[in-house]
Amino acid sequence: MGTDSIPAPHGIETGLDRTGPVSRPGTYLELIHSWIVTVDHKRLGILYICYALLFLLVAGSEAMLIRIQLFFPHNNFLSPYTFNRMFTMHGTTMVFLMGMPMLFGFGNYLVPLMIGARDMAFPRLNAFSFWISAFSGFLLYYSFIGGVGLYGTGSAPDVAWFAYAPLTERPFSPGHSTDYWAVAVLANGIGSIGTAINIIATVFCMRCKGMKLSRLPLLPWLYATTSFLVLVAVSPLTAAQAMLLIDRYLGGHFFDTQMGGSAILWAHFFWIFGHPEVYVLVLPAFAFANEIIPVFSRKAIFGYPAMVAASVGIGFISLGVWAHHMFTIGMTSFGNAFFTLSTMLVSIPTGIKTFNWLATLWGGKIRFAPPMLFAIAFLFQWVIAGLTGIMLSVSAWNWQLHNSYFVVAHFHYVLVGAIVFMVFAAIYFWYPKMTGRMLDERLGKWHFWLMVIGFHMTFDVMHFPGLLGMPRQIFTYEPDRGWTLLNQIVSVGGFIQAIAVLVLVYNLVHSYFRGAVAGPDPWDAWTLEWSTTSPPPAYNFVVDPVVASRRPLWDLKHPEDPDSAFE
Amino acid sequence: MKLGLIFVRCIIATALLVVCLCARAAPSSTSIFSNKSTPAHELNDLSMFVLGITGLIFLGVSSLLVYAIVKFRARKGDTTEPPQVFGSMQIELSWTIIPILIIVVLFLTTARVLFSVQDAQKPKSALDVIVVGHQFWWEFRYPQYNVVTANELHLPVSSKEAPRPAFMKLTSADVMHSFWVPQLGGKTDVLPNRVNEMWMDPQETGLFVGQCAQFCGPEHAKMLLRVYVDTPEQFKAWIVSQQKAQAELMPLPGGPHRSAGETAPNLGNQGGVVNIATNKVPPNSPTTRGNVITSLGESQEISARTGQYVFEHEACISCHTVSGTVATGRYGPDLTHLMSRDTIASGVASNTKENLLNWIGDPNQIKPGSMMPAMHLSDTQNKQITAYLMTLK
Repeated sequence: MGTDSIPAPHGIETGLDRTGPVSRPGTYLELIHSWIVTVDHKRLGILYICYALLFLLVAGSEAMLIRIQLFFPHNNFLSPYTFNRMFTMHGTTMVFLMGMPMLFGFGNYLVPLMIGARDMAFPRLNAFSFWISAFSGFLLYYSFIGGVGLYGTGSAPDVAWFAYAPLTERPFSPGHSTDYWAVAVLANGIGSIGTAINIIATVFCMRCKGMKLSRLPLLPWLYATTSFLVLVAVSPLTAAQAMLLIDRYLGGHFFDTQMGGSAILWAHFFWIFGHPEVYVLVLPAFAFANEIIPVFSRKAIFGYPAMVAASVGIGFISLGVWAHHMFTIGMTSFGNAFFTLSTMLVSIPTGIKTFNWLATLWGGKIRFAPPMLFAIAFLFQWVIAGLTGIMLSVSAWNWQLHNSYFVVAHFHYVLVGAIVFMVFAAIYFWYPKMTGRMLDERLGKWHFWLMVIGFHMTFDVMHFPGLLGMPRQIFTYEPDRGWTLLNQIVSVGGFIQAIAVLVLVYNLVHSYFRGAVAGPDPWDAWTLEWSTTSPPPAYNFVVDPVVASRRPLWDLKHPEDPDSAFE
Repeated sequence: MKLGLIFVRCIIATALLVVCLCARAAPSSTSIFSNKSTPAHELNDLSMFVLGITGLIFLGVSSLLVYAIVKFRARKGDTTEPPQVFGSMQIELSWTIIPILIIVVLFLTTARVLFSVQDAQKPKSALDVIVVGHQFWWEFRYPQYNVVTANELHLPVSSKEAPRPAFMKLTSADVMHSFWVPQLGGKTDVLPNRVNEMWMDPQETGLFVGQCAQFCGPEHAKMLLRVYVDTPEQFKAWIVSQQKAQAELMPLPGGPHRSAGETAPNLGNQGGVVNIATNKVPPNSPTTRGNVITSLGESQEISARTGQYVFEHEACISCHTVSGTVATGRYGPDLTHLMSRDTIASGVASNTKENLLNWIGDPNQIKPGSMMPAMHLSDTQNKQITAYLMTLK
C-alpha cells in the first residue's frame, strides 16, 4: 500500500496501486505525520468531514442544553449568559465549522474524482485552506477559556450568530469574546475563499478528456456555482469583520452608533453574506440529491440543462435577496417590495429543480437503500421549507413572522431537513468509496427513522410558538403564553435526533472495522468515481479516463444503449 | 415501505392537528392570528391568502411525490433498468410558467398590503408616541401631552367613527431592539441613531402583551411589553394623572411646600433639564439639602419622607426621574407615577411592595443582567425607599 493513499481497512485491496510495497509497517507517528502534511484531496476531504462531524457533535450538544433550558418556562437550568453563549456558539459552529467544512469535504473528495482528475488544481492551497479553517474552529472554542463576554461576564461569544451592531461594539461588549468570534470567522472566511478558488480552477481546468461542460456531472457543476457564491459572499463578511475589529481597536466608527455609525450597515454587510451563504450550503445538498436520486431511481437525471440553468440561476438570484432578513429594520416600502419580489423569484429555479427530481423518480425503479431514504425525506422537507420560505418572503406578513420561532423552524427545515439529511445521504452513499466498506444497513434504517421522527417532532412543532408570538433567542419565556407544551415536544424531538446522530457515529466506527466489503461500484452507479477502486489510490485513476457522455459507466455497462448515442 | 411512508405522513398530519388544537386552546394572548387592529387585520388576511396558496402547492407536490414513490418502487427480483428519459421541453416549460404566474399573484397581493400599511397617511386625530428602547426596558413618551412613562404603554381605543391611531416613532438609546405586540401589528426594529415609524389603531380595549424581538443582550427575554388599550375617557384620565408632578416631601428653605398630587405639569425632563413649573429657585440639590436636615440620613423611621431623602441622597437619582423633584436621571425608567403601573422591571414582576423591596435590594436576583446595580444599602434604607416609591401614584 502506498503511504499516500488512505489506509484501507483490513482486507480491502486497493488493486490498482502500482507503488512498491513499503519495506516495514509504518508507525503511528508516521501515520499521523502523513495526514498532517498531506496534500491529497481525498485525505483533506476526509479530514474536513471528520472535523465537521466533531463540531456537529459539539454544536448538537449545545442545542441540547438550549432545549433543556426551554423545557419549562422560567427554567433556571442555564443562566441567561450561558444560554446566550450556547445559541451564539451553536449557530456559528453549525454554519462555519460544521456546514461549510462538511460540504467542502465532500467537494474536495468528489470533484476531482468525478471529473477524472488526479487532484485539485492547487493541492497546497487545499491543505492551507483546511488547516486555516481548522485553526479558526479551535480559536473560536478557545474563547471558552480566553474570552470575556457582554458586560464582562463569562466567556465565549454571546452576541448571536449574526452579531448585530452595536451590541458588538466595545461599550456593549467589553472583553475579548467578540474578538474571538470576529477573528475566527475572518480566518474561516480565508479558508473558504481558498477552497472556492481551488474548486473553480479544478472544475474549469482539470476535466478529463471528453468531459465538455455539457457532460460535467451535476455535482461539480453545483460545486462550481457554490464556489462562485463563496467568492462573492464571503468577501463582504471578511470586510465587515475587519471593520468591526477597526471599530473595536483602532477607534473606527463604522458601526458605532454613538459616534454616528450605522447599525443597518452591519446588517447589510452581514446578510449580503448571510443569504448567499444559505445557498452556499444548500447547493451542495442539491448536488448530492442530483447524484443519488438518479442512481436509486435507475434513471438519468431529468432535464440536465434545466438543472444546470436552475442552479446557476439560483446562484445569481440569491445575490439580490439579502434584505429580506431586514423587512422590519425600517426600509422604505419600495425597498421592501423589491426584496419581496426578488426573494419570490428564487422559488422559480428551486421549483424547477424539485419538479425535475420528481420527474426523475417518475417511471423509475426506485430502490430504498439508506441514501435514497434520506433523499426522499429531503424532497418532502425541502418542499415544506421552500413554502415556509415563500411565506416569509411576503414582506408584510414577515413583519409578524420575523425573528420569531417560525423563522427558526423555517431555517432549521432548510439546514437540517434539507442539508443535514442530504449530508447523511451522502455519507451512506460515498462512505463505501472512502473506506471500501459498506455502512450497516440495519443501523442506517434505525438512524433514518429516528432522525425523521425526531426532526418532525422538533421542527414541525417549532413553527407554532412562532405563530403564537415567541421571539427567538430568549433564554426563558412566560408561562401564560401557551408555548410550554409546544416547547416540550420540540425538546423531546431534539433528543431523538441526538440519539439518531449517535447511531450514525456508532455505525461509522463499527462499519469501518466490520462492514461488508464494498467493491469499486456497490450502488451500480454511473459517474467516474465508481470506476476506480474503493478507496481510490493516491493518484485516483491508473489511466486518465476518457468520457463520451454524462454517464460514462452507463455507457460501459450498457453498450447496446449508450448515452453517448443521444448526444 | 409505502405503508411506512403513508404512516409517517398520517402521524405528521395528526400531530399538526393536535398542535393546532393546542394552540387554539392555549390562553395565548400573543397569537398573530388573533388580531385587534387594522394593520394586524390586513397582515392576517394576507397571511390566510398565502397559507391557502402554499397549502395547495404542498398538497399537489407531495401527493405527486407519494404517488411516484409508491408507484415506481422497484419490484423484488426485477433487475432490469427502466427506460431512460432525459427530459421534456413542454413539461419543463409548464413547471416554469405556472410558478411564475403564482408569484405574480402573490407579489401583487403582498405589494397592496405592504403599501397600504407602510405608507398609510397620518390622520389629524392621531396620537403621537415616541418609543425608546433601552437595555432591557421601554421608555414611552407622549409629546402632545408631555407625559413620560415606562414599559406599560397606554393607547386609546380606535373605532371607525372616532379613529385614534397611534403613530409611533421608535428609536433606541443603546443597541438594537424590536417592538412587537403581535395582536396589534407586525414588529418594527428599534435602532440607535435612527428613527423608525409604525402605527396601530387598537379596536378593542384590554391588555395586549408582547416583547422585544431583537436579541439585545443578557436580559433580552425579559424585555416584556404591555399595551393597555383604554376607552377614550379612561385614556384622558390616565393622561391627566400622568401629567401631575410629584412633590418634595420636605419643606425647603425658601421653597414652597407642595403636597403630593398637587397639579403641576409633568414635562418629563426634556433635554435633561429640570423644568418645574414653579419658577422658584432650583428646588434644592442633594448637597444643600444634606446640610439642612442631616439627621434624616440615619433615621430609622420608615416613611415616604425618609425614603425620599435616601432616594435623593444615594445614587438613585443619577438614573431615575421623579418629576417635580431633584431626581432627573434619564438612564433608567421614569418613576414619577411608578405605582400607576402593574409591573416592574419591564413586566418581569408584579408591582408589589415585596417585589419592589427585593428589586431594590438586588435587581439581579429578579433579572440577572439588569443594568440597575445592587446599591448595597441597608435593609432600613431599602424599606424607606420602598415606602417612598409606594407613594408615587
